[in-house]
Amino acid sequence: MTFTPTELEAEGAAGGEATGDPASSSPPASGRRLARAFMRDRAAVACAAYILVVILMALTAPLLVKLSGYGPLEFDQAAVDPNLGGLPLGWGGGIGTDHWFGVEPGNGRDIFARIVYGARVSMTIALLATALTSTLGVVFGLIAGYFGGRTDMVISRIMEFLMAFPALIFMIAVLSALPAENRQALLVVVISFFGWPYLARIVRGQTMSLKQREFVESAKASGASSAQIIFKEILPNLSSTIIVMTTLAVPGYVGTEAGLSFLGVGVVPPTPSWGQMIASSVSWYAVDPAYFLFPGAFLFLLVLSFTVLGDRIKKIAESGEGRA
Amino acid sequence: MIRFLANRLLGMAVVLFLVCLFTYVIFFLLSPDPAVQICGKNCTPEAIDQIRANLGLDEPFLAQFWTFLSGLFVGRTYGTGANAIDCVAPCLGYSFQSSQPVTDMILQRLPVSATVAVGAAVLWLLAGVSAGLVSAVREGKFTDRFITGLTLTGMSVPNYVLALSLQFLLVVTLGWLPFPQAVPFSEDPLQWFMNFLMPWIVLSIGAAAVYTRLTRANVIETLQENYVRTARAKGLSPGLVWRRHALRPALTPIVTIFGMDFAGLLGGALITETVFGLNGVGKLAADSITKNDQPVIMGVTLLAAFLVVVGNMVVDLLYTAIDPRVRVGSAA
Repeated sequence: MTFTPTELEAEGAAGGEATGDPASSSPPASGRRLARAFMRDRAAVACAAYILVVILMALTAPLLVKLSGYGPLEFDQAAVDPNLGGLPLGWGGGIGTDHWFGVEPGNGRDIFARIVYGARVSMTIALLATALTSTLGVVFGLIAGYFGGRTDMVISRIMEFLMAFPALIFMIAVLSALPAENRQALLVVVISFFGWPYLARIVRGQTMSLKQREFVESAKASGASSAQIIFKEILPNLSSTIIVMTTLAVPGYVGTEAGLSFLGVGVVPPTPSWGQMIASSVSWYAVDPAYFLFPGAFLFLLVLSFTVLGDRIKKIAESGEGRA
Repeated sequence: MIRFLANRLLGMAVVLFLVCLFTYVIFFLLSPDPAVQICGKNCTPEAIDQIRANLGLDEPFLAQFWTFLSGLFVGRTYGTGANAIDCVAPCLGYSFQSSQPVTDMILQRLPVSATVAVGAAVLWLLAGVSAGLVSAVREGKFTDRFITGLTLTGMSVPNYVLALSLQFLLVVTLGWLPFPQAVPFSEDPLQWFMNFLMPWIVLSIGAAAVYTRLTRANVIETLQENYVRTARAKGLSPGLVWRRHALRPALTPIVTIFGMDFAGLLGGALITETVFGLNGVGKLAADSITKNDQPVIMGVTLLAAFLVVVGNMVVDLLYTAIDPRVRVGSAA
């Protein structure tokens, strides 16, 4: 097995699941014990609660907007002052009973409605990208690790190539060249395209050590096919790794989507996304701080919650593995 | 060693070639016809044809790609006869918008990007490693938990949100810093420093958090190694144990991963430069995206890829030099 030092290091950085690490090949903690340890962790529960709130917000967006009275695309010229260049009337960017989070300067769109609908976009893209990345990462990692040889070499080369790419600049280049329709689907594809090698590399390493174990041998001896061994014997043993890696990947994708939208190559206006809202608030930050504070706070808390959650789950899973 | 080097060089060349091909294919296949764009509103089909011929856009894909590639190494000539323009190597073509050579445009902006990157790198390395060391020394205590909490926050805050918040707080509300404006170092060093302070902070905070975690984890792990226990058992003073036995293996990976991160940054900190209006390579890329200026986007993409790939290779070589455990070829 050959690996470049940098890979070794990145693996260490990704939580010490280095290839051949004895701890990673021990049986994983049971789901129930994980859940119990999780419930005792207050920070983790708080983060999970916030994520749930955002997901609920995204799901019930049309309802919430009906409650608040303004849609995400409705202009409200009565809420802004045309004499001040469209600055919102009233305190904190026009916060009040009419507009709970105030309005956008200029056209008076309701910020609450845009946050709620923006949550839809951000969550959909981040979760879909995570799902696609994980699927690709797990499948390619399993294949490379299990079959080895030439298959492994080809997949490993592709992964190295993708990881050597300056991903952000390239995503921007690709997205700016592509037509604007169906931007959300494109975002998912582009993000996943550059994202899967990071999970695949770790899955590959663990698969390589798992396939040496006795239960795989015995499955082989009893005539199981490769597919059966991969999906029935090896995959279940990788579940805690996959859960940890995917939870830790979500905040990255939330951030990437927001960043790309911020740079103008993400979600196309007038569809709201948090990153894009922050981008349009740049020219107003000095006079209307509420305009960037609301989406900024929501975005920051979402990324933070996923990061903390991933971190906690990782710790719980690791200590669980240590005990088992 | 020579074989290893040759292998790496070859791999590097392949990656760079693929990056070139990839970008070229995407721009060739997907983007709207640049000739129409350049020509503007009052355009005749003849004028479009003329522009296409001048830019070589009427040739088949492979021929165009070949001209582009060879332009990188030996330069190329646009047009023919009297109005031919020479573009010396490394030729990245001409901007569709300003008609300037892309290579010059990038070179002009590189100093700003380098200033941003170097300052941020110094900041995050110092902050990250020292915070990580403190955290490791006080493992499990309040300081450690506090720093760990901070790192999670630092990792999570999107840099444009931080940039706007800092700007609002420090410039607008408190008035501690002047509004950022470009002043050359020779003119007013203090103003220059103040200008770059916010971009440095914003750019370094995420990396500083990651480095803190890495340093902490590495140091704690190293302190549990047998040779550290041996050093302690034979009665070395704690200071010596740290300096001679613990720090070097703990920090080696940091130094090497730093090389990669730094190379990635040199290619332009897009978001930071855009938010603060710094005229660096990243801003150039961001501006070109809105104007759909393909040669410039391609130039920056290639530069960034080049830096990352070279950085990767330098890191690998360094690693082999610093860490005796990684010996080439012995990893069977």
